[in-house]
Amino acid sequence: MIRKITTVFFILSMVLAFGLKAQYSVGDEIMKINLLNINDEMVSTDDFEDAKGFIIVFTCNHCPYAVMYEDRIQALNEKYASKGYPVLAINPNDAEAYPSDSYSAMKVRAEEKGFTFPYLHDESQLVAKTFGAKATPHTYVAQKDKKGRLIVKYIGAIDDDPRGGAPDTKFVEEAVDSLIQGKKVPTESTKAVGCSIKWKKA
Amino acid sequence: MKNTILSLSLLFCLNFSFAQQVEGITVEQFFERLDGIKAQKNNDSLYVINFWATWCGPCVAELPYFLELQENYKDQKVKLLLVSLDFDKDWGKKVIPFVEKSDIKSDVWVLTNYLRNMEWIDRVSPEWGGSIPATLIVQPQKGIHAFQETTFEYEELEKWVLSFK
Repeated sequence: MIRKITTVFFILSMVLAFGLKAQYSVGDEIMKINLLNINDEMVSTDDFEDAKGFIIVFTCNHCPYAVMYEDRIQALNEKYASKGYPVLAINPNDAEAYPSDSYSAMKVRAEEKGFTFPYLHDESQLVAKTFGAKATPHTYVAQKDKKGRLIVKYIGAIDDDPRGGAPDTKFVEEAVDSLIQGKKVPTESTKAVGCSIKWKKA
Repeated sequence: MKNTILSLSLLFCLNFSFAQQVEGITVEQFFERLDGIKAQKNNDSLYVINFWATWCGPCVAELPYFLELQENYKDQKVKLLLVSLDFDKDWGKKVIPFVEKSDIKSDVWVLTNYLRNMEWIDRVSPEWGGSIPATLIVQPQKGIHAFQETTFEYEELEKWVLSFK
């Protein structure tokens, strides 16, 4: 019993010591996500028993780049949720700094745009910090391994054309298609211009 | 007639001064200029290069600190360069009025073709994820190339900049 408690305590202290500064790289196992959705219900990665993985997008209401990608995030969910890779959108911004990124504003935007994916509020910013997300939009594709652990397979931009005119490469689609086909993801990480996540003042 | 000529030439001068100060350049031109500065081995100026945009709230919020720093250290060879990531259709409409309104005297370069080529982000610094605000410091003589992807308060900015003097 004491050993168990010690172990739990040890893990907790490790999480506290390193967890907050963790930044996921391709190949890392991600934390369980359990956040408040815009319909006032909690959504957890554990809720999706049939999911083969997730397309996790850190996004928000205010950033012009995030807005440009809204329809494409929706399209990703429509294309891949049925194939086992649903979208989880997460807004990590401090609502005090950006009132347009508040929980109530998220509800309004999701209603206006008819989002079909969960739009989650990372109020404590713990998920974004643990992931190492820096900007919106910022995407992570994760795949469940045989033990049910979610492993990062792609980090970066959705595609290489923020305006959405004619991307040369749709990185997220390419990654998920590869995973579905049991192939290696060709481009595992990309960079893109975005809006820095506004962290709460400590 | 005289008045017309006068106002026309005045208009021309005004245009000219803004054309000098706010300039649309390509990513390739940006690196040509940056490499040009870095190659001046006798140049002991400290270049503070801030990446920003008028649509970026935190960038606009910290901009006065950069202007203040420039003003406080203009005699000590600190040179501010503002690199705007405004959308190219906006730079005449938004950047120039903003620069006028904010009384910015530094050069403002608006990158016009940065969206498609993501390799340039790594070329500024491998540490950069691509979010703004972000700031690059270059000092050619000492070969300094330092980078931070963060927002600054005045004191933090001054401390960081002075650490390279």
